[in-house]
Amino acid sequence: MKQLPLKAKERVFDRKGKMPSEHYREQLFELEAKGELIVHRLTDEHKPVEIETKFGRTKRIPLQNTWHHKSCGQCGHIPGYSTTIFWLHRELGYAYCDPKEQTSCTAWNYYASSTSNPAAQAAVALRNFAQAYEDGFFPLIHCGTSYGHYKEVREQLIHHKELRDQVRRVLDKLGKPMVFPEEVVHYSEWVHVVRDQIAERQVKNFENVTVTVHPACHYHKLIAEDAIYDSELYDGQRTAVVSSVVRALGAKLADYSTWHDCCGFGFRHILVSRDFSRSFATIRKIERMKEEADPDVTLTHDTGCVTTLDKSQFAAQAHDRKIGIPVLADSQFAALAMGAHPYMVCQLHWHGVDNRPLLEKMGIDHEKAWAEFEVQAERVKSGEVEFISWEDC
Amino acid sequence: MEAIYADTKYRDVPVEEKQRLFDQVKSDMRWEETLYGCYECGICVAACPSARFYDFSPRVYAQIMAREDIHAFYELLNDSMWDCSQCFSCTRCPRQNNPGGIITIMREVAVNNGLESAKAALTAYSRIIYKIMSTGTQVAPDMLQPDFFPDWGPDVTAVSENLDIWRRMVPPETLHTTELAWDVAEKTRVELFLIWKLTGNLEMIESLDEGIFMILEEVMEELLEEHGYDIDDIDSVI
Repeated sequence: MKQLPLKAKERVFDRKGKMPSEHYREQLFELEAKGELIVHRLTDEHKPVEIETKFGRTKRIPLQNTWHHKSCGQCGHIPGYSTTIFWLHRELGYAYCDPKEQTSCTAWNYYASSTSNPAAQAAVALRNFAQAYEDGFFPLIHCGTSYGHYKEVREQLIHHKELRDQVRRVLDKLGKPMVFPEEVVHYSEWVHVVRDQIAERQVKNFENVTVTVHPACHYHKLIAEDAIYDSELYDGQRTAVVSSVVRALGAKLADYSTWHDCCGFGFRHILVSRDFSRSFATIRKIERMKEEADPDVTLTHDTGCVTTLDKSQFAAQAHDRKIGIPVLADSQFAALAMGAHPYMVCQLHWHGVDNRPLLEKMGIDHEKAWAEFEVQAERVKSGEVEFISWEDC
Repeated sequence: MEAIYADTKYRDVPVEEKQRLFDQVKSDMRWEETLYGCYECGICVAACPSARFYDFSPRVYAQIMAREDIHAFYELLNDSMWDCSQCFSCTRCPRQNNPGGIITIMREVAVNNGLESAKAALTAYSRIIYKIMSTGTQVAPDMLQPDFFPDWGPDVTAVSENLDIWRRMVPPETLHTTELAWDVAEKTRVELFLIWKLTGNLEMIESLDEGIFMILEEVMEELLEEHGYDIDDIDSVI
């Protein structure tokens, strides 16, 4: 008989058996059968891949023909984040739609100020989903906040007929069908699923690059059962996304004690009470990472997290804090591995913390790359071209 | 009864008013999924970022609401509620309580009832409300200005000085704009404005900030009119 308590590695975390929560997919199909809504299904055209979530259920992740639900913070302040998500799709040959007929999820405002209500939030979500359905592409969510919020909206719609009726009345006035996708999919789940394809195309050696990972709160804490877990990573005790990509690309995945802590974004705090955000990010995240792991870079998969961890470090210098870790999105990290231009594609000049030492460690000549960027900038300044295109990159 | 916070800056109200506000929170559709009973383990506090820097505790919210202490509830409604980071780390609760979710509802009640403390908490934030409601994207490249983000470092100055050129050098076509996060189609903005009117969201803003409300209404009225809608004829359907 084994001596108790068993060491973590000796325990088998069996994900079979009675699930602790209802299955959203079954509930959506039940509502569809009653004529309450249309479920936007994944079909063979999306090349869906099945993957395991927290309690062992499977989730289906589309590879192609996706409708890219963009993030306002990414597109506004970290354009390399959105750009690399598109770039990865293009390089791997997966078709997608980048719509103008998309609004923000508006959840940043919802969590910051509550100057909204469940019906408005759900109507915004379903307007976007109806648009994706009409456009013939399956939604892929770029932002962690949007993703967590849309999972919340799904829960509320499934459990509250009153809300469904309210939203239906709104959509009827817009002339839009009431549609909900079979899965709410975050782009980092897509990156997780294609990580081996990315690794096959890797041209930069990341063996000497040490990485810490910050998992976004709204990815794995909101509707916690719907997030990707893998028994071979962290013994299945933490979400596998982002970390799996680090492993696949041969970088050193380093741990630190405050991995579960929020970044300190705060939704409203990052804009108008930034003393809190930068204090928390510095003291509980960056300094802990520096002391315990000394990473070359920290990766995350959410707009707010990249913003908070990156932008908080400058002011902390005034207090002689131990800072200076570059912050990237997993998509930017993967793109660099595949040889993407650090400035034309990854747009690293929009980031706060100096990432040139990281680029040097990756074997990327950032001086040459910046010179190339400036040559292209001259083409725009002179009016030779109005915009830089994908072909120019 | 003795106040939780020694430096209360809001006015007290009759007990019936506190009860009314309390009942509004409990009658919210989302309430039934936020609180199942708290045994004060404190896991939520350990996980909470706001608890480290503010006089704030998610456990207090769970306890006060479970005990239906309407006096303490009213204090929380006017004070520490706005310290919450809405990260939902508190859902680590072994009872599956959601103190962050309780606060989301409480904030909405505060806004809907025009509480002065809500207005004060959101004063600096109101231009963001205007941006998201009028454009459909919350932050735009042209907001990266050194006077608004001086603490974000010299990269903000570099971005603002080169904004037009650098923005033209971002490959995706939809990102070729500096006033919005991405180029939102006009029809989509019309649909968004209709959602704000049909869900009573625009009227929520009036109770919060009349100035922002008037500007918003003007912007919305103009675009809706161009597309054949009279803003005064659009009533809430919720």
